[in-house]
Amino acid sequence: MAIQVKVLDRPLAQTSYVRAMLKGMAITFKHLVDPHKKTVQYPEQKWDISPRWRGTHRMLTDENGKAKCVACGLCPQICPANCIKLVPGEDEEGNRYPLVYEIDEFRCIFCGYCQEVCPEEAIHVGRHYENAEYSRAGFVYDLERLMAQTHPVCEMWDPADPKGE
Amino acid sequence: MNPMLLLMQANAFTHFYNPAAPISGAPWLWFTILKLLVVFTVIMVGVAYLTLAERKISAWIQDRYGPNRVGPQGLFQPLADGLKNIMKEETYPDGAYKPLFILAPMMSFIPALITFAVIPFAAPLHTRWGYVTMSIANAPIGFLYILAITSLGVYGIVLAGWSSNNKYSLLGGLRSSAQMVSYEVAMGMATVAVLLLAGNVSLEGIVEQQVHSGWNAFPLLIGFFIFLVAAFAETNRLPFDLPEAESELIAGYHTEYSAMKFSMFFIAEYSNMITASALMTTLFFGGWSVPFWTSVNVAPWVWWKTLITLIAFTIKVVFFLFLFMWVRWTLPRFRYDQLMGLGWKFMLPVALGYIVIMSGALLVLQAVGIAPDARWLGFVPVYWAILGILNLVLAALVFVVLDRGRIVSPAYSRIEAARIARLRARSVRSALTPVEGD
Repeated sequence: MAIQVKVLDRPLAQTSYVRAMLKGMAITFKHLVDPHKKTVQYPEQKWDISPRWRGTHRMLTDENGKAKCVACGLCPQICPANCIKLVPGEDEEGNRYPLVYEIDEFRCIFCGYCQEVCPEEAIHVGRHYENAEYSRAGFVYDLERLMAQTHPVCEMWDPADPKGE
Repeated sequence: MNPMLLLMQANAFTHFYNPAAPISGAPWLWFTILKLLVVFTVIMVGVAYLTLAERKISAWIQDRYGPNRVGPQGLFQPLADGLKNIMKEETYPDGAYKPLFILAPMMSFIPALITFAVIPFAAPLHTRWGYVTMSIANAPIGFLYILAITSLGVYGIVLAGWSSNNKYSLLGGLRSSAQMVSYEVAMGMATVAVLLLAGNVSLEGIVEQQVHSGWNAFPLLIGFFIFLVAAFAETNRLPFDLPEAESELIAGYHTEYSAMKFSMFFIAEYSNMITASALMTTLFFGGWSVPFWTSVNVAPWVWWKTLITLIAFTIKVVFFLFLFMWVRWTLPRFRYDQLMGLGWKFMLPVALGYIVIMSGALLVLQAVGIAPDARWLGFVPVYWAILGILNLVLAALVFVVLDRGRIVSPAYSRIEAARIARLRARSVRSALTPVEGD
């Protein structure tokens, strides 16, 4: 195959280095004096997260300060990541309650199915994202810790009101 | 007309710093030590804050904030960086040749710092012991000294590249040496016109000439342009940062360096920038002289004149430092062939031709009888204006005629039809390439 050299006969305006350079310098100078900053100054200034944000969990409590959970077992059943550990217990009056309720936040994929499936509206995914820990073990949230969380919870998508109005 | 006449003109400038006599003896020693300490400190602090300025300017150009966590608006960031660099581990690669590996940062650091020694940064200071020139060493060979010392810096880079035992470092070092050699020639040639005009290689003399006959930037526009481009190349700043070339060579010659040794290369780069800016100021922008206020620039010297001229010098230098950064965050790096083409095929011929044209022009002006400090109607600096207009014409020629994809050849640079035919014919002759039936 013969060497095919594609010769582009471009106008001077496109081949001039000096012009291109001056144009570029004008652009950078414009940004220098009139910046369009988008950076969020994070610790001081926080991003407005969506009401449907699905973050780390929270267990809601009733008026007596007890977990609303009745240990029905639906959330470990539906959980696609298998991250919820539930051991049910029953008191003398026959009320079921969770003896052990642990969520491994490392395994969790934050799909929010647990919240959707919960008949008692007990377990919720939260509108929260600052989850740093010093150890991996710290990411297994037990019942006490889930109840102690105070951050707002996720508003699940409502088919009757798809836009969240 | 003859060189002796030029020399005599130069000698006329020696009375510039009178009436007071120059300082001598013990006070001279003390003042020199003081100047040394002050200049060293200012340069080191200046380098530290240049790194911050660079990060801030790059951030602003890119619509970011830049470092703003350490201290108010990030003002203590250089301290944090310095502390970090001192605390970090010094690493030595297995195959490194240690003596040179250790020596190389010093060899790049020391020339970068000592070049500033001869640059006059303010008007002479009047003291009771006599006047003190505001440069560490008032060397009569000032400019030659700078040319000599700045070219030493490349040894540090080449040796760093070689002693690291790393192919990328070596390539960085080699590129650096090729680049420095190419652009040093153009740089030296570009300044010949300045020396012709000043009739002197002492930087004080050059400043003084500009005080009397106006800044050189206008009458030596082309020379200034060539010097500017060469200064970018000499300081290894974008668009000439091929020795570093992050994307191709990781970090080039300092890939293998860590902690303070790396920091020394960094300081060297920035103090080279300061020196180059100061040099451009001195050679082309009147040095420490204040425009439109001539009484500040001439004797008798008073302390406030020193102060004002120091401020004027600082402003000019800061402008050039800003220009360095502005260009860095605008232009992409040259290809290697573009770099060499620009240096040897454009800058050098233009610089050489420029010497011929300018010395011709000076001779004509001398023959016509227009003196450098002549004024038309009492205020028009005619000598300055004539040379300036000549340079504007030359600049127009250089930029319009030569900038047709030739100064920096683009990837799609035009190829003449004859050359294409030749290439095609060669490919036809080659037995390995089957002939296309077109």
